[in-house]
Amino acid sequence: MSKKMIERDKHISVGTRPERMDAKDKVTGHALYGTDISLPGLLHGRVLRSPHAHARIVSIDTSKAEALPGVFAVVIANDLPEADDRTEKAGESTINYKFLRDNNLASDKVLYVGHAVAALAAKSPDIAQTALESIEVEYEILEPVLDVRHAMSDQTQVLHEQIRTDGPDGSGDTPSNIAQHIRHVKGDMKKGFSDADVIVEREFTTVPVHQSYLESHAATAVWGMDGTLTIYSSTQGAFLARNQVSELLQYPMAKIKVIPTEVGGAFGGKNPTYVETPAALLARKTGRPVRVVMSREEVILGTGPGSGTAIKVKVGATKLGKITAVQAELCYEAGAYPGSPVHPGAMAMFAAYDIPNGQIDGYDVLVNKPRVAAYRAPGAPQSAFACEQIIDEIAQKIGMDGVQFRMENAASEGTERLDGSLHKSIAIKEILGVIEDHPHYNEPIEGPNQGRGVAIGFWDNWGARSSVEINVNSDGTVNLISGSVDLTGSRTTVAMQAADVLEIPFGNVKSSMVDTDSISYTDTSAGSRTTMATGLAAVEAARDVLAKLKVEVADMWNVSLDSVIYSKGVFGTTESNLESITFADLAAKLSGQINGHGNVNVENWAGAGGGTIVDVEVDPETGQVKVLRCTAIQNAGKAIHPGHVEGQMQGGVVQGIGWALYEGYQYDELGHVLNANLLDYKLPTSLDVPSIEAVIIEKPFPSNPYGARGVGETPIISPAPAIANAIQQALGKRIEQLPMTPTTLLEKIGVI
Amino acid sequence: MSKKQVVSSTINGQQVEFLTEPQQSLLECLRDTLGLTGSKEGCNDGNCGACSVLIDDRLVNACLVLGIEIDGKDVVTVEGLSNIHELHPVQEAFVLEDGLQCGYCTPGFIVATKALLDKNANPTEDEIRFWLAGNLCRCTGYDKIVRSVRLASQLMNDAKGDLS
Repeated sequence: MSKKMIERDKHISVGTRPERMDAKDKVTGHALYGTDISLPGLLHGRVLRSPHAHARIVSIDTSKAEALPGVFAVVIANDLPEADDRTEKAGESTINYKFLRDNNLASDKVLYVGHAVAALAAKSPDIAQTALESIEVEYEILEPVLDVRHAMSDQTQVLHEQIRTDGPDGSGDTPSNIAQHIRHVKGDMKKGFSDADVIVEREFTTVPVHQSYLESHAATAVWGMDGTLTIYSSTQGAFLARNQVSELLQYPMAKIKVIPTEVGGAFGGKNPTYVETPAALLARKTGRPVRVVMSREEVILGTGPGSGTAIKVKVGATKLGKITAVQAELCYEAGAYPGSPVHPGAMAMFAAYDIPNGQIDGYDVLVNKPRVAAYRAPGAPQSAFACEQIIDEIAQKIGMDGVQFRMENAASEGTERLDGSLHKSIAIKEILGVIEDHPHYNEPIEGPNQGRGVAIGFWDNWGARSSVEINVNSDGTVNLISGSVDLTGSRTTVAMQAADVLEIPFGNVKSSMVDTDSISYTDTSAGSRTTMATGLAAVEAARDVLAKLKVEVADMWNVSLDSVIYSKGVFGTTESNLESITFADLAAKLSGQINGHGNVNVENWAGAGGGTIVDVEVDPETGQVKVLRCTAIQNAGKAIHPGHVEGQMQGGVVQGIGWALYEGYQYDELGHVLNANLLDYKLPTSLDVPSIEAVIIEKPFPSNPYGARGVGETPIISPAPAIANAIQQALGKRIEQLPMTPTTLLEKIGVI
Repeated sequence: MSKKQVVSSTINGQQVEFLTEPQQSLLECLRDTLGLTGSKEGCNDGNCGACSVLIDDRLVNACLVLGIEIDGKDVVTVEGLSNIHELHPVQEAFVLEDGLQCGYCTPGFIVATKALLDKNANPTEDEIRFWLAGNLCRCTGYDKIVRSVRLASQLMNDAKGDLS
């Protein structure tokens, strides 16, 4: 793989704003999502879910449901083979197959309200829904464990008898709800704090927040007579879904074809499978296609949100504004099974800073809530909420401007993070420079009860495996297929890079996502990786096409291969200035029988820093916070499609505003979710947010041919602490919990 | 289960007769019975707007209307705004301004925008944001949607100018 960057003046498509390839199908309602798939003879699958947060399953009797007219099959955990106790990476999260099996269909215990217990297929959704009530489940109810700190104490119920804490000093001896304890240490923390002139310490809490993609999980399964299982799924990773189903059914990968549909939002939440395997079981039992689509309530109850957390943080600094030491304790709810994003949360927490001494202890904690899933920069919005407020506070105590304090302590290339890894070029200082110079930061705030806040953040991103194939057609157009599910425009941005290398118009590239039978393995569309990594596979595939065409040209003209040159869509040879042939003419001569492959495993990628400036107004009577103005700054390396980058930034910021002000699971003391609908679980609307100004910085990552970095996740990290800092400026009070609802604010200012 | 009933209505300009159970929502009828899957289900309780359709020119959430209620009425869904050759100016504007990402909420926004511009040809940003507050989008952060609506207003006004 070439490490050389493509010279900027050679870009034809990259950096422009072509129309999204999927746009017309989506604005007309023609695009087919997971929920839209229908096949002849389709049956409707529904899932029975636990009404209890923690209970042992004594018995399940499905006979009455099975006898109902219109019901074709019922399945429970016993219909699945035993699963391996093995953990694999899935995007930025992990999947343990034994736990995934139990999360698909509970075997011995239910561990949260909404935990799947059984599934059935019926001829109509109504019959299926009614029939669920005829499945008789006897439960032995256990005490629910809902609070992360309580879950960590010795005085509580244990969710899994077999789990021992996997800690920095080895494994624990007794069953515990702490599945893992990680520790990052750098320098001499004690000395660092003793060198400090000022020390600030606080504890912050956050609640689970759901990705809230508008399309619920949907899968349609059908078995062929040859034993092929075909699944249409709204997954963000077709191969990831195939591998999960293969593991759970213990069925060969070659006989499972996952066809990715259009996906109505994912944000990390559609990496784990929930409905694919039950649909496959029901389809096998009935011999008919079965579609399982979750309701909104099921999505909120039964699928993984981001972690609720309790985070203690302590920072010491000198009077001159240098951080001397930090300490943090991150307690992250994993939900029902191990695997919270405490690792990336700890990675991201102080990653924007050069910290000489510090320690982070992170805990992966089991509670009776749905098993969390990745959610856009998983773990980072929570730790940044704590970090960026404490940084703001210590700057205030020292009497220094917050941006200046950050600049004094900003990480740069080569900085060693607390987790021991070294930063590549990260452009934190450039981001802070843009903030300092931006009109938004410099214009005065207008009214009373208004405040301005700033926060920054860093995300590591991901590389991983991608496959692209390019087939040349006899008219000079090309078909590009990739194994990546297109979540928000990667078909377009990947095709732009291929067009650029092939030096043909973007309009001559048709780009599609294909099923798992049609291309080699590709990792899930997660970790901000797709445009970068699958784009790199497209670059490789395009180079492969050109290399093969050059061989054809050399043969045709009887010149040496080394002499063949290609520029602006025309082949020539340095041996003669008489010969030339266009890409299209050559394609015609070869009847289009040329293809190129790009299979990459990107192990060298770069993270991205970003920041938020936000103005808020707090109504002291109602506690309502209005976001008046918001500017997002981010290092994209190279914006392949600037419009898409702006879209990622604006969308990520608005999700961050949701985290800050509105969103979060509310539980009663028995573990029932009180707001499992989109009225009570409030997402930001167009009326709640201003137009987000997106400022793209392009500090290239030299190992990518275009200098591109991932961009999707960073924007969600800094809005919540920026808003908290703005509220602090408006009210003089620091809010230590998310979401910062009117009630929380009124309590803080003593109105209630 | 109740007996099915016949409903006669005009959907996207076509006379349609279909059978529905009395408890079925218009959204179910459109998607499952009539194969019009452009209208999406996001919440099924009127909070997301992904199933926005027009009934006799009035903007409604199809999940909150029963199928039998459209008997004798005129319904327009996202599929009814364009044909294979030409996009509606609202659709054109969303394409040009990148007013979509995953696209799942987009049909609802398109229909809601058409309803807005039919009433108010030159909405301000505040009016646009107020009108669209019943439609949730999780991807875009709304900025590019608002820009799309402004462009749609301009395109529709230009088209009217061309006709006069």
